Amino acid sequence: MKTAIIIFPGSNCDNEMERFLYAYTKIKPIRVWHKETRLPNVDMYVLPGGFSYGDYLRAGALATLSPIITELKKTDRKILGICNGFQILCEAGLLPGTLRINSTEKFICKPMDIITWPVHHQRRIPIAHAEGNYYHPNPAKLVEEQKVAYSYYLYENNPNGSTMGICGIRNNNVLGMMPHPERAFESYHCSQDGFKILEDF
Amino acid sequence: MLTIEETELIKGTLERVPNVTETHVFDAMWSEHCSYKSSKYWLKQLHTTGDHVISGPGENAGVVDIGDDDKLVFKIESHNHPSYIEPYQGAATGVGGIMRDIFTMGARPIANLNSLHFGSTDDRRVIDGVVKGIADYGNCVGVPTVSSKCHFFDCYTENPLVNAMTVGYTNKEIFTSVPKQKGVVVYVGAKTGRDGIGGAIMASEEFSEGEDKRPTVQVGDPFQEKLLLEASLELFETGAVIAAQDMGAAGLTSSTTEIAIKGNCGIEIDLSLVPLREEGMEPWEILLSESQERMLFILNPEADVKSIFQKWDLDYVEIGTLTDTNNFTVRVEDNVVCDIPLEALDAPELQRPTEKVKREDINIPVVTDFDMNWVWEQYDSQVIGNTIQGPQADPAIVRIPNSKKAIAMTTLSCAPFCYYNPRSGIRNIIYDCYYKLLSVNAKPLGITNCLNFGNPENPNVMHDFKEVCLGMSETCEELKFPVVSGNVSFYNETSGKGIMPTPVIGGVGLIENYENSDYNISR
Repeated sequence: MKTAIIIFPGSNCDNEMERFLYAYTKIKPIRVWHKETRLPNVDMYVLPGGFSYGDYLRAGALATLSPIITELKKTDRKILGICNGFQILCEAGLLPGTLRINSTEKFICKPMDIITWPVHHQRRIPIAHAEGNYYHPNPAKLVEEQKVAYSYYLYENNPNGSTMGICGIRNNNVLGMMPHPERAFESYHCSQDGFKILEDF
Repeated sequence: MLTIEETELIKGTLERVPNVTETHVFDAMWSEHCSYKSSKYWLKQLHTTGDHVISGPGENAGVVDIGDDDKLVFKIESHNHPSYIEPYQGAATGVGGIMRDIFTMGARPIANLNSLHFGSTDDRRVIDGVVKGIADYGNCVGVPTVSSKCHFFDCYTENPLVNAMTVGYTNKEIFTSVPKQKGVVVYVGAKTGRDGIGGAIMASEEFSEGEDKRPTVQVGDPFQEKLLLEASLELFETGAVIAAQDMGAAGLTSSTTEIAIKGNCGIEIDLSLVPLREEGMEPWEILLSESQERMLFILNPEADVKSIFQKWDLDYVEIGTLTDTNNFTVRVEDNVVCDIPLEALDAPELQRPTEKVKREDINIPVVTDFDMNWVWEQYDSQVIGNTIQGPQADPAIVRIPNSKKAIAMTTLSCAPFCYYNPRSGIRNIIYDCYYKLLSVNAKPLGITNCLNFGNPENPNVMHDFKEVCLGMSETCEELKFPVVSGNVSFYNETSGKGIMPTPVIGGVGLIENYENSDYNISR
């Protein structure tokens, strides 16, 4: 599988994402600067975590004005957005719902147990975000349309106030999630479940 | 502020009365914060050398060799005074400043650490602000904060201590602020505004009640810092850089003069070219502004590197040149507003009187009502994906990118020991640090120190300072554990009440192969 990483000013999880994708695919990912107007010919585009445009206005909002987003809206290849990438995909309308400031009003960095949908498998993946409080007015519809990809393991475990504890959303070829699979693959990471996320997709 | 004697001394050297701009320049450069006038005599006694030490104190940060061309660059710095006035911005810009010190030398920051001293666990204004400030800045730039220690004691109520440390890594050339040839002076990064004017002078005075010091605090923008970091590292790769210096305390003044003094040459700049955020700024305001996220480079005149800064949407302006005059010359277009010999800017070294005092017994409270996880979870300790042990463990361990090597690091302080006996207190802290590194099979490489003290004009404070320096010197020599960088913060006093002597040590060690050890990590 060939991959490309889309880099915005303020993206800061691009280097570990590159190592993660290389470890899985054995092919070096292509780095794409956000001002580019053409997408390389690969199987999956990845929007990494970080603080694109310093989260000014709202997390992910300004990045949607980049020319590369117009191209992403046209493609039918896979698009994976992690953390800030997920926020950008929601802001761009490629995924339903929106991400609000955590109900704790604090940045949260810790490993979390999450489960896949609709069939429940457990994964242990770290989160690190200040705006990961997923909101959708009609979560039942999301479940029915099989758009929920991941949620926190138990409802009581919800760290940020997300609707139904949702932390990952899919829509056809697009997947966005707050937890960081690229921080769960080395021997010293909290788990090695990161590759399973790529397999789930 | 300059004393009457200092003003006379300056008049004598210049053989004339300095004008307004020049007086402001002297005021800043002769401040304790910039000149280290009270401390430099004692700092010279520290043990600072070793076979692996590439660059010791005096540069932006210390550099040690860890083999295979790999180098570590690290330093700790205080941002105490601003953090009391405005906890969030004070702490945030402290983190920004120390990270700039690291990437100014060509290294990418790979870990942030901090040591915090607060009055009590009830002091939510300061604690919440400081922790959020550190978190927001480091998280946004994308450098993991892997260690944070909090200490609580009454004397820090009006003098909180915020000490931030950054460790950087590079396998390429190290850049310094010493120009080896002439070149053009280039200003890059954010625009200059009125924030932080007089910050260096503010940090060199005691506080008294009711004074509004807020305008002297800088405002941070981590997004600009991230852009500046990436652009600077790209610029270093081009080979166009002759020297580099970040704009910290006393902004444009200290960065330009430092480069010229080290290069044994003169420097001439034109303030009308400096990108400004506000209108109608006086020349001295531009010279002393401590607006954040700005850098100064001396570049090869033939180099064409402007496109790098266009890519990152940063200002890039040639504001002057290095000269043969040995003078600091500042113009506004054709009008010379400041022209002083650089050697006059070096404040005379002071040997302040010292006097030992018998200490009264103090009660050290045991803090049980503070959840450190509340602090640690606000820091992104995992970004870059190299964190082996985060803040929950001590020392923290971070792997070197694409290598089997890892770095163990920790910060330590124990003010009560130093209060009773500064000399054996510091000895205890350094030994503790050394053994902490050994405990994870790391080879101790060196330390960086942040010496937080009260008013140096008080002989008792100066005695403590002297004893800490001497104790540090002996212990480091004994352990072959050199001091490679550091920072002194005096005047941690408000309304005559000062802090205990609080030296903070940041220690760094090398683990040759992290796979050989099984770390007990609470994840």
